[in-house]
Amino acid sequence: MKVLVAVKRVVDYNVKIRVKADKTGVETANVKFSMNPFDEIAVEQAVRLKEAGTATEVVVVSIGPAQAQETIRTALAMGADRGIHVQTDAEVQPLAVAKLLKAIVANENPTLVIVGKQAIDDDCSQTGQMLAALLGWSQGTFASKVDLKDGTVAVTREVDGGLETVDLKLPAIVTTDLRLNEPRYASLPNIMKAKKKPIDATTAEALGVDIASRLITLKVEEPAKRQGGKKVGSIAELVDKLKNEARVI
Amino acid sequence: MATYKAPLREYKFMLHELFGVEEVSTWPGLEDATPEIFDAVLEEAAKICEDVLFPINRSGDEEGCTFENGVVRTPKGFKEAYDAFREGGWTSLSAHPEYGGQGLPHVLSFLVEEMICSTNMSFGMYPGLTGGAYNAIAAHASDELKQKYLPKMASGEWSGTMNLTEPHCGTDLGLIRTKAVPVGDGTYKITGTKIFISAGEHDLTENIIHLVLAKLPDAPPGPRGISLFIVPKYLDGDGGPKRNSLACGSIEHKMGIKASSTCVMNFDEATGWLCGEAHKGLRAMFTMMNTARLGVGIQGLGVAETSYQSARAYAQDRLQGRALTGTKYPEKPADPILVHPDVRRMLLTMKSQVEGGRALAVWIGKEIDKSKHHPDPAEREAADDLVALITPIIKSFLTDMGSETCNTGMQVFGGHGYIREWGMEQLVRDARIAQIYEGTNGIQALDLVGRKMPMHMGRLLRRFFHPVDAYIKEASVKPELQEFILPVAKAFARLQQITGFIAQKGMSNPDEAGAAATEYLRFFALVAIGYLWTRMVEVSLPKVDGDDGLFYRGKIATARFFITRILPQTNAHAAAIMAGAKPVMEMEDAAF
Repeated sequence: MKVLVAVKRVVDYNVKIRVKADKTGVETANVKFSMNPFDEIAVEQAVRLKEAGTATEVVVVSIGPAQAQETIRTALAMGADRGIHVQTDAEVQPLAVAKLLKAIVANENPTLVIVGKQAIDDDCSQTGQMLAALLGWSQGTFASKVDLKDGTVAVTREVDGGLETVDLKLPAIVTTDLRLNEPRYASLPNIMKAKKKPIDATTAEALGVDIASRLITLKVEEPAKRQGGKKVGSIAELVDKLKNEARVI
Repeated sequence: MATYKAPLREYKFMLHELFGVEEVSTWPGLEDATPEIFDAVLEEAAKICEDVLFPINRSGDEEGCTFENGVVRTPKGFKEAYDAFREGGWTSLSAHPEYGGQGLPHVLSFLVEEMICSTNMSFGMYPGLTGGAYNAIAAHASDELKQKYLPKMASGEWSGTMNLTEPHCGTDLGLIRTKAVPVGDGTYKITGTKIFISAGEHDLTENIIHLVLAKLPDAPPGPRGISLFIVPKYLDGDGGPKRNSLACGSIEHKMGIKASSTCVMNFDEATGWLCGEAHKGLRAMFTMMNTARLGVGIQGLGVAETSYQSARAYAQDRLQGRALTGTKYPEKPADPILVHPDVRRMLLTMKSQVEGGRALAVWIGKEIDKSKHHPDPAEREAADDLVALITPIIKSFLTDMGSETCNTGMQVFGGHGYIREWGMEQLVRDARIAQIYEGTNGIQALDLVGRKMPMHMGRLLRRFFHPVDAYIKEASVKPELQEFILPVAKAFARLQQITGFIAQKGMSNPDEAGAAATEYLRFFALVAIGYLWTRMVEVSLPKVDGDDGLFYRGKIATARFFITRILPQTNAHAAAIMAGAKPVMEMEDAAF
């Protein structure tokens, strides 16, 4: 069984995000990048399936600039077998990502596709769902447990009310939530081995996918600064302020 | 809490921009060490250091090691951290591939060691000592012994120690009393007491391989009668490991690195094997000592980096008073203390020496790799000479700098630096030992003036003087570098002059060389670092307006601080040296 995992190169979660002066986006020059943490969980899950003998091959895809290869190498160092790099310097929105992944799925024929539930840069949380729709496959999103059976997979999902378990027919898409697993540190010997694992390079054109943006970013701003709190003298004053000043009730 | 994030951007600057480390992958045996591998390894090592070692640094200091009935326990979390470190293959970084190592370059290992020392110097002692013992066995032991010990030491399943010091002798090892008696079957019975044995006993590994200096019955007196033995804690027995007759007698209670066990080791007819030739143990031990001395220098650098990062964060956060020239941050109730000239002086003193010291370490780290792997024997010899020359400087200067930097870091914190909560006083305590062990810094200075300076008629010195001289000539004609290189050129000329002065006076009276040694070493280090700062400026200048302009402008400002405010310390050192030995030696002993 082949498992396909998609990984995204994002600004590292430790970096304090700054908005560019011209409000066209966030500052990315000289900022540390790393693999989207949810995608790390996806890679970890795929590698565990391989270690358990359930999966036979783990293929990692990343879409992005030349440096996205580093992110693929990180996944290879964690234990994935080979990589596919769709090189582009353009902004790629979830629908375009889903279409690119669909094209790769057509070439690779995986039984299971695992992606992070969202990327921490744009927080869209759309790619997995869109891919499922485009392929007409079952989807198990926000997974905190993945249990592969013969021809099906049981996915425990983190939903607002608690946990929900769904049985999906394979092939299927799973998107990972934080509690699914704790990703490993790549070991030094595996970092060395990763260097020799193949990464195929391709492009959106070669895959026949139009990745032009369907959405236009007007401007990016920092969230409004929090105002200091106020002390009120009575419940009546509180209700009044909530009603007339804050206008929330 | 101390603050630390691995300075990966700094490492990339050093490796790829300043020293062109891609060159090492052209040397036979280091083909795999490409720039991408450097970056990938450093990034992953950074995660382990930040996430696994750093969180147990302060708790390890508070708890310390405990000793009960001959058993030493490391603090809570150390065993788990060691297992994660070992399973990640980090103990095998620079070990030979034939023994299961990754065979990666020393220069890379230096930076990984720096991160380990920045995050948990005590923890670093355990794999650090193993690395030293590994090197001594690899260089001197028989093939059979190598096959037996090296794979498990590379994998970290077994650890190693260096047993030199005895209660009555440390620096003068010729006086040791530990005895080795041949049994006749190729083994020896080792009897004696060793003290200050780091990692002598602990609960991290299943076996501990002690390298022990001892005297054979027919040994000539003094340092020429010392032999080196491999004495494992556990021997092969029928049906499993058998305890060798050696034990930890107690552990020391000490100022810092409290999570590193410092043991009294008692050997009572313990079984050992000769490592290398009889009576040539001191030479074998020096293989280990040279690596260890460089490693200790890196400890100084590592803790200094953490102190700098913490002090920087504190100076940016701590609001107190207003700038002398008027309010700088009107939206805040007070300005951060970073606005004050004296706080900036402290931070720049730290930054300029930490980064300058790192440049020296990375340069020499790459030279070590060159000395082992370069295809041209003349290049290998030149590199080996330079490493030998600079080793005492790295050990001494980086540890003095480390200690001073940690003290300055504490000063930036004010009262909060003195209390334990912020971790700054721990750094001061941890850093202090590095000036003492592996040969005190005074001994390093004597090594420089007494051994390295005259060696091969000054050939080692020329390995430094010639390339620096050539660089000065080249840089002096570049207008944009003149404000940096001209003061360096002046200090460099003075260094050569003083070298001649010491060589001449030291010949007739060794006390002259001894009295000048410490100042001379410092002088040498400051010139070397001034030279390296100029090179860093040269790399940075074309990039000040680019994407990463802030980084490079910071480099240039730091260089200017070093050249104008630190390098002039050479003037005071020169005056002290030129005063000769008389002011140090004339007072009668009884008058002290």
